[in-house]
Formats: sequence, structure tokens, C-alpha cells
Amino acid sequence: MLKIQNLQVAYGGIQALRGIDMEVPDGKIVTLIGANGAGKSTTLRTISGLVKAKSGSITYNGEELIGKPINAILAAGIAQVPEGRRVFPDMTVLENLKIGAYLRKDKEEIEKDIEWVYELFPRLKERNWQLAGTLSGGEQQMLAVGRGLMSRPKVLMMDEPSLGLAPLVVQGIFDIIREINRQGVTILLIEQNANMALKIADLAYVLETGTITMSGTGAKLLADEKVKEAYLGKKRSK
Amino acid sequence: MKKKTIGKEYIFTALILFVVLAVTMVLDSQLPSYHIVIKVIKKASVYSLVAVSMNLLNGFTGLFSLGQAGFMLLGAYSYAVLCIPVAKRAGVYQYFDGGIVKFSLPEVFAGFLGDKVGAAVGMILALLVGGLIAAFFAYLIGLPVLRLKSDYLAIATLGFAEIMRTIIQWNAIGPLTNASNLLKGYPDFSSATAYLLLIGVFIACVVLLVNSTYGRAFKAIRDDEVAAEAMGINLAHHKRLAFVISSFFAGVGGGMLAMYMGAVPAMSFRSSMTYEILLLVVIGGIGSITGSVLTSFLYIAALEWLLRGLDTGKFLGITAPGLFKNGFRMAVISVIIMVVVLFFRKGIMGDKELPDLLRRHTKKGGGEK
Repeated sequence: MLKIQNLQVAYGGIQALRGIDMEVPDGKIVTLIGANGAGKSTTLRTISGLVKAKSGSITYNGEELIGKPINAILAAGIAQVPEGRRVFPDMTVLENLKIGAYLRKDKEEIEKDIEWVYELFPRLKERNWQLAGTLSGGEQQMLAVGRGLMSRPKVLMMDEPSLGLAPLVVQGIFDIIREINRQGVTILLIEQNANMALKIADLAYVLETGTITMSGTGAKLLADEKVKEAYLGKKRSK
Repeated sequence: MKKKTIGKEYIFTALILFVVLAVTMVLDSQLPSYHIVIKVIKKASVYSLVAVSMNLLNGFTGLFSLGQAGFMLLGAYSYAVLCIPVAKRAGVYQYFDGGIVKFSLPEVFAGFLGDKVGAAVGMILALLVGGLIAAFFAYLIGLPVLRLKSDYLAIATLGFAEIMRTIIQWNAIGPLTNASNLLKGYPDFSSATAYLLLIGVFIACVVLLVNSTYGRAFKAIRDDEVAAEAMGINLAHHKRLAFVISSFFAGVGGGMLAMYMGAVPAMSFRSSMTYEILLLVVIGGIGSITGSVLTSFLYIAALEWLLRGLDTGKFLGITAPGLFKNGFRMAVISVIIMVVVLFFRKGIMGDKELPDLLRRHTKKGGGEK
């Protein structure tokens, strides 16, 4: 279980996270929703070690992650799919996947995992030798997810996988997320598309300007009036 | 994945390289070593090694460094200092009592390996030592300098190269470097084949490196530093590694340039030399080793041989002493370069390598590595 306690993060003088607590139980899909600037990405980047925390603790199975280098956190089994895909444009699809397995040394297992990713995303197999920069947005997102899986993570954190994609493609990505989870990978999903995210989430948190204001099962938040009003686009009744 | 098979394109590549080598060997046996063709092959070999080393850094890792001439200078001096025969040292270091280095690597090895083999071993060893010295300096200056990015890194490394050139001519270290006087009299490989084989081995090392896990990490850093870091790639470590390896090969290349020139004046390792090499890298295609090598050979052949006539009054049978005089060759070559850049926006080879070209001609999509 990934556990965050009283986490505070500040960029210079600006407090991005004001002490949040959340839990990501093993095998579940957990989602964190919130508006722009609420601190969603900061939370994710702090877990992965790209941003330094001011105070608080992040533990994974009891092991403290704050202060550890990025590669140690990745080796512990927590990988991320960064916001905006960020595939390596001038490298082939295959090379991108291999970079995802950069910290691993077990060549045969890596080959197997490449096949696994190709099974999940047959489209990537077709484009094996294409440069990642020439893929469509949806395919790049698939590649980003596949690349994240190549480190064989126990927890996969995804930052807005639906960003800038057509609704049909988004549906496909969410189906895959569910499939990956069914195969035993814990998912921490950050989304602005609250509707989609809450539908597949076992557990959900709502983040507002650096504080968690609500939590519960996905279904519960989906039915909540306040959430509906703020994130699902329901008109205020007079 | 399926069993690894060697694609046709790799066999063709090997064949082409073999033919090039065979032709060079024939030329070596037919022409005297001072013939212009032999000279061109030698110089172009050296330039291609240095261009490839620069491409490793600028093209594959995305670090814009302009320190190449400085590292070449270190390699050149190391080679010269280690290889001048003992008997000639008094003459070369006439102002410094014969210098402080009292041995010569080729002679040391000739002592127990026989004259020919020993001398060659000593010379190659001296080249490698030159590379290692360049790599060591790269490590040291890399510690502070690699924190900089793009243009700032270029300026810092350019500054380093200029400082090296000045320090080497300093009188206080004259007993080692002969200050601002020439180093000369050291041995050279007389055959172009030797040059070609040597740079072949070194460039093969770079090719293997680029296609390894490290090479992929370098390319990832070039494409997107943040994403690379998120994949667990240690940025500082890999940048330093690329810088050190690139400088090693630049140092070796510098040593071979010293060999080719027959004398080492520090003055010739100016920043304009770095720009010349940068030009080869850019025109060949940033991120293409084949491009760097091909362009080096074309450029040197045109500059030193084919277009010579433009400077001396007679070109392609046309005699026009009024127009074809000193400097006209450079004007023509500048125009050629501009035309090439206009038609090949991404360099002659883009980011393709020789096997990629052959693959397209054999079977489409048939390439599985």
C-alpha cells in the first residue's frame, strides 16, 4: 500500500500542497480529481521523486520514499506516465519501450514484457519501427502507458492520460487502464475528466487548492451533489 | 522475440566497407605515400573520427559542446611528447635541454617486440594515452560545465579549448610541451590502410555504444530530459559519460591528426577547427555516424584535392589565372555547402545510417534487428 501522510510541498513561497493524506491500496484503481492548479500533478511528481517535499511522509509498504533518488523509487515499483505523454520523439517505438525498462537487467524478461505490451496495444506492434514523434496522439498515449509498464511497476501513476484525445480514444485508454489493473497493477490516476475517472475508480479523492476536501468510493463521489456541481458539469439549481 | 537473424542490409554494409578497405590497400601498394590520394584518405579518416566523436555528444546526447579542438590538442601533444625518438629530443627541445620526458613509447616497445610491431604498438598506445588524458580533462571540467545547457555549455567548452591552447604554450611547462615551439620528428603510419583500420575500430566502438542501453539513454536525454529522468536515467551521470567518451575519441583523433601533420603547432588547434568539424557533423546529419564519415571524406577530398585547381589557375581544363587564384577555392566550397544545406535540410544522411539506406532498396519493412 502506498500511503501519504500530511504531505506539504512548496514551490518557492507558493504552497502547492497543504498537508494531504491519502492511501492507495494494492490492486485498486485510485483517482485524484481536481481543477487546474489544485496540486494533482505536484502530488504525483512528489511521489516519483521529481519534486522535493517540504514535510510529511510517503511510504510504500512501510518504506519511506521521501528523500530517495528517482531511480530507487522506480526500482521499488512505482512508475509514472507523465502528463502530456512525453514520449521520445526521435526514437522508435521499440526503443521507447526499452528505455522504460532501463533499470532492469533481465533481458529475457524484458523481451517478454515487450510482447505483453504489444498484446495490450496491438497498434504499437504494427508501428514497431516508426519514430514515436510520427505517431498520432492516441498512439503516443498508448506508447507512454506501455513505456511506464516496461519497468514492471506494482503501482502505475498516470497523469491525465485523456489529455487532448478524442472521446473514443479516451474510452479505449480507460478500457486498457482497467485491463492493466485486472492483471494486478495498482493504478493511481490523475484526471480532469472526472466523469470517466470516477466511473472506473475503486477509491477517489478530490483535491482543492492543496487540500483534500472529499474522499470515498468512485460511485459515491459520482452521486455526490457537490462533486456533480463542481466537476461533472451539472447546472446549479436555483 | 524471434530468433535473431542478420538482415541482408548488414551483409551489404560489411561488403561495402570491405571494398573500401580493399581499394585503399591497392592504392597503398600502387601510389607513393606522399601522393595526394593517400594524403586525402589519411586526413579524411582523422576528420571522420573527430566528427563522429562530436556527433556522439551533439547529435546523440544533445549536448552542444564546442570544446573539440581543445581535446584534440591534448591528444596531439600527448602523442607527440610520448613518441619523439630519444635521439631527436635534444634537437626538438633545444630551448629546454631536451625536455623532461626521456623515453619514447615506440622505441620502448621496439626493444622487446621487434622494430615494426613494437613501434606500431607503442604508437597506438600513445594515441590511447592521449585519449585518456583528454577524457580525464573532460571529466574534470565536466563537473561544473555540464550543469549548463545549450548555448551556455557551448560557450564554456569553447572557452576551455582556448584556455588549453594558451596554457600549452606557457613557458613554465616548456620542458614537457616545448612551449610555443613545434613538436616534430615523431613517427607516422606511412600507409593509408593503417589509418583506415584504426579509425574503423574506434568508430565501430562508437556504433556499438550508440546501439547499447547507454546509447538509448543518451538519445532519451536528447529527446526529453524530464521524461528520461522519470525513466530512472541519472542525468548527471550519463551526460558526464557521454562527454568523457566523446573527448576520449577526440583526443585519439587529435593524436592521429598530429601524426598526419608531422608537426604539432598549438596554434593550428583553433576554434575554427571546431567549427569545421561542427560543419561536417551538421552537413552529414546530426545523429548519423555514416553521415559524419561520408561528409568528412567528401569535404576533405574536395578541399585538398578536387578543387585545388581553383587556387592554382587551372581547373577542369580551364585556365583562368585571373579568377582562379588563392582563396577562390574557399569561396566555391562555401557556395557548395550552402547549396547542400538548402537541398538537404537535415543533412546528407538525416538520422539514417548506411544499413537503413540499403534496407529501403532490398525489402520494405523487412528489417528486424
